[in-house]
Amino acid sequence: MSKLVITDLHVTVDTEDGPKEILKGVTLTIKEGETHAIMGPNGSGKSTLAYSIAGHPKYTITGGSVTLDGQDVLSLSVDERARAGLFLAMQYPVEVPGVSVSNFLRTAKTAIDGEAPKLRTWVKDVNAALEQLNLDPSFGTRNVNEGFSGGEKKRHEIAQLELLDPTVAVLDETDSGLDIDALKVVSEGVNRFRQREGKGVLLITHYTRILRYIEPDYVHVFVDGKVAESGGKELADQLEAEGYDKYVSAVR
Amino acid sequence: MTVTTDSVRSALEQGPEHGKVESHLHPAGSFDVADHEVPTGREEIWRFTPLKRLRGLHADAEFMPSATSCTWNTPEGVRVEGVSGDEARGLRGISGLVPNTRWAARVLAEVPSSLLIDVPADTEVAEPIVVELDGTDVAVTEAGHVAMRFGAHSKAVVVLNHTGSSSIAAVVEIAVGDGADVTVVSLQDWADDAVHLSHHQARVGRDATYKHAAISFGGDLVRMDANVTYDGPGGSAELLGLYFADAGQHIEHRIFADHTAPRTKSHAVYKGALQGEKAHTVWVGNVLIRKVAEGIETYEENRNLVLTDGCQADSIPNLEIETGEIEGAGHASATARFDDNQLFYLQSRGVSEAEAQRLVVHGFFNDLIRQVGVPSIEDRLLTTVEAELAKNVLKDVGSLAAFGSDD
Ligand SMILES: Nc1ncnc2c1ncn2[C@@H]1O[C@H](COP(=O)(O)OP(=O)(O)O)[C@@H](O)[C@H]1O
Ligand SMILES: [Mg+2]
Repeated sequence: MSKLVITDLHVTVDTEDGPKEILKGVTLTIKEGETHAIMGPNGSGKSTLAYSIAGHPKYTITGGSVTLDGQDVLSLSVDERARAGLFLAMQYPVEVPGVSVSNFLRTAKTAIDGEAPKLRTWVKDVNAALEQLNLDPSFGTRNVNEGFSGGEKKRHEIAQLELLDPTVAVLDETDSGLDIDALKVVSEGVNRFRQREGKGVLLITHYTRILRYIEPDYVHVFVDGKVAESGGKELADQLEAEGYDKYVSAVR
Repeated sequence: MTVTTDSVRSALEQGPEHGKVESHLHPAGSFDVADHEVPTGREEIWRFTPLKRLRGLHADAEFMPSATSCTWNTPEGVRVEGVSGDEARGLRGISGLVPNTRWAARVLAEVPSSLLIDVPADTEVAEPIVVELDGTDVAVTEAGHVAMRFGAHSKAVVVLNHTGSSSIAAVVEIAVGDGADVTVVSLQDWADDAVHLSHHQARVGRDATYKHAAISFGGDLVRMDANVTYDGPGGSAELLGLYFADAGQHIEHRIFADHTAPRTKSHAVYKGALQGEKAHTVWVGNVLIRKVAEGIETYEENRNLVLTDGCQADSIPNLEIETGEIEGAGHASATARFDDNQLFYLQSRGVSEAEAQRLVVHGFFNDLIRQVGVPSIEDRLLTTVEAELAKNVLKDVGSLAAFGSDD
C-alpha cells in the first residue's frame, strides 16, 4: 500500500543574505487512491514543496522527513526518487535543446523500468498518449519543451505521467496558463491516471477552476510555508468565495 | 572561370575603390615571405596560440618531404589530382588569398605541388569527394596546399579527413563559382600528438551557397582560420564548427567573414565542449561589413559547454560595420557549465546524472551535426562525441542497462 508521508518539513533556499526559510513545518499524508489539492497564494512555497519532494539541488532540507512506503525519500538522489515511484509535473518545464521528445521519453522509460521498453508496444503507447492529450504525432521529433506553447508543455508533462506510471504524482500548477479546452484535456489525463490502482496525487494549484474537473478527496490551504487549514472539497468552495485573505492576514 | 595570381593581385591594388579602410581585421597581405616577420606571440592574431607547441611551423621550420599519406576517391566528372610546376603555381591565390602570416606566405612560396580538386561548371557530384590525410611521423614538419575549384552552378561536397600524427601547416583555397552549391568539411580527428596549423580561404561567387564545417577532436594543437570573401552579390556562407577539447589540448578556431559585396550572407555557428585539466579552446569570430556591402545579413554564434574544472574557453565575437545599410547583424557567445535545471528535469524522470549529462551534450551538438548535412559523416560524429564523453562524463557508467538495477 503506497503512501507518501511528509512530516514537519523545513526547507531553506540560499539567498544573498544567507539561507531563507521557505517551508516552515509541512505535515501531510497522501494514501493510495487519494487526491489532495494544495491551494495557496503566490509565493507561499507550493513549488518549493514540490521541488523539495523531488530533490532539486537548490533547496536545503533543514528538518523533517519524507517517506514513500516507509522508504526515506530525502536520502535518495533525484533519479532514485523517480525510480522509487515519484513524479513531478513541473510548473515551468525545462527546455533540453537537441534532445527529441521520443528519445527523452524512451530514455526515461528505460531508466524507470530498468530495461528498454518493447519497441512495438512502446511506439503504440507513445502515440496513444500523445493523441489523448491532443498532441500531434510529429511532436516526438521536436526538442523537449523547446518552442512549445505553454499548453503544449503542460500536456507533455501529463503524457509523461501516463507513460512513466509513477505511484505518486505531484502536479505543480499544471492548470495555470491553460485555456478551458486544454484544461479539460489535461484533467482527463490526470483522471485516467487516478483510476489506475493505488495512485496518489498531490495537486498544487492557485485556482479552484481545475477542481471542477479533478475532484480532490482533501483540500489544504497553504500559506507562508505550511498548511494553514485542511478539509474536504467544500474547503475549495469556501476559498472560491472568500479568497486567501483571511489566512494571509492571520500569518502577518 | 579561372583566376590567376596576377589578377588577384591587381584586384587587390584596386583596394581604395572597394572602400578599403584601415582595420585590424584586414591588414594588407603579401605573397613575399620577407614582408612578414616571425610572430612573437604578442600579436593580436597569435595571442592565444601557444607558439612553443607549434614546432616552428609559424616561423621557419623546414618543410620536409611529406610523411602524411594522402588518398582520395574521384567521383565521375571530377578531377582530383596532385599537380606541380606551372599548374600548381597558377593555383596559388585562386581563392583571392593574399597571405597575412609568414607561415601561409611560406606555404604558398615553397610547397612544390598542390592537391587540385576541380569540379567543372554545371556538374553535380552525387557522392562526397573524400580526401584522407593520415599522418605517419610527427617529427616531420611539413606543409600542404589544397586548391578547390568549383565551376559555376556546380554542386559538390568535399571532406578532408585528418587522422594520425602530423606536424603540418596547410593552406586550403576554395573558389566557389557563381551559383554553385558547395560544402567543405574538415575533420580533425588527429592522434594526441599532432600539430595542425591551417588556413581555409574561400571566395564565394555571385548567388553561390557555401558551407564550411570545421570539426576538431584530436591533436595536441589545432588552429584553423576559416575565412570567406564574396565575389559578387547574393552569395551566402554558412560557417559551422564543432570541437571537443580534452586535457592539455589547444583547439583554436577563427573565422573571418569579409562582406565584400552587397546582399551577401554569413551565418556562423561554432559549438565546443571542454573536459580535463588545461583543455583550452579559442574561438574568434571576425565579421567585417564593408561600405559596398549594403543589405547584407550576418549572424555568428559560439557556445561552449564546460564539462569539468580546469578548462578554459575563450570566445571573442568581433563585428566591424562600415555601412549603415544592413539587413541584420548579430552575434551571441556563451560559455557555460551544465544547467542544473536541465539535469534536474532529466533526473526527475529517472535518468541517472551521468546519462542526463550525456543527453545534454548530445543535444548540444545534435542540431549542429544535422546542419553539416553530410549523412555519411553524421553517424561518425555521433560516435566520436560518444567516445569523447566516455573519457569523462560516462567514465563510471557501464551502459544504459546499469540503470535501475542498483537496488
Ligand atoms: N533563490 C531564491 N532566493 C530568494 N527567495 C526565493 C528563492 N527561491 C524562492 N524564493 C522565495 O520562496 C518563496 C516561495 O516560492 P515558491 O515555492 O515558488 O512559491 P509558490 O509556488 O507558492 O508561488 C517566494 O517568496 C520566493 O520569492
Ligand atoms: Mg509555484
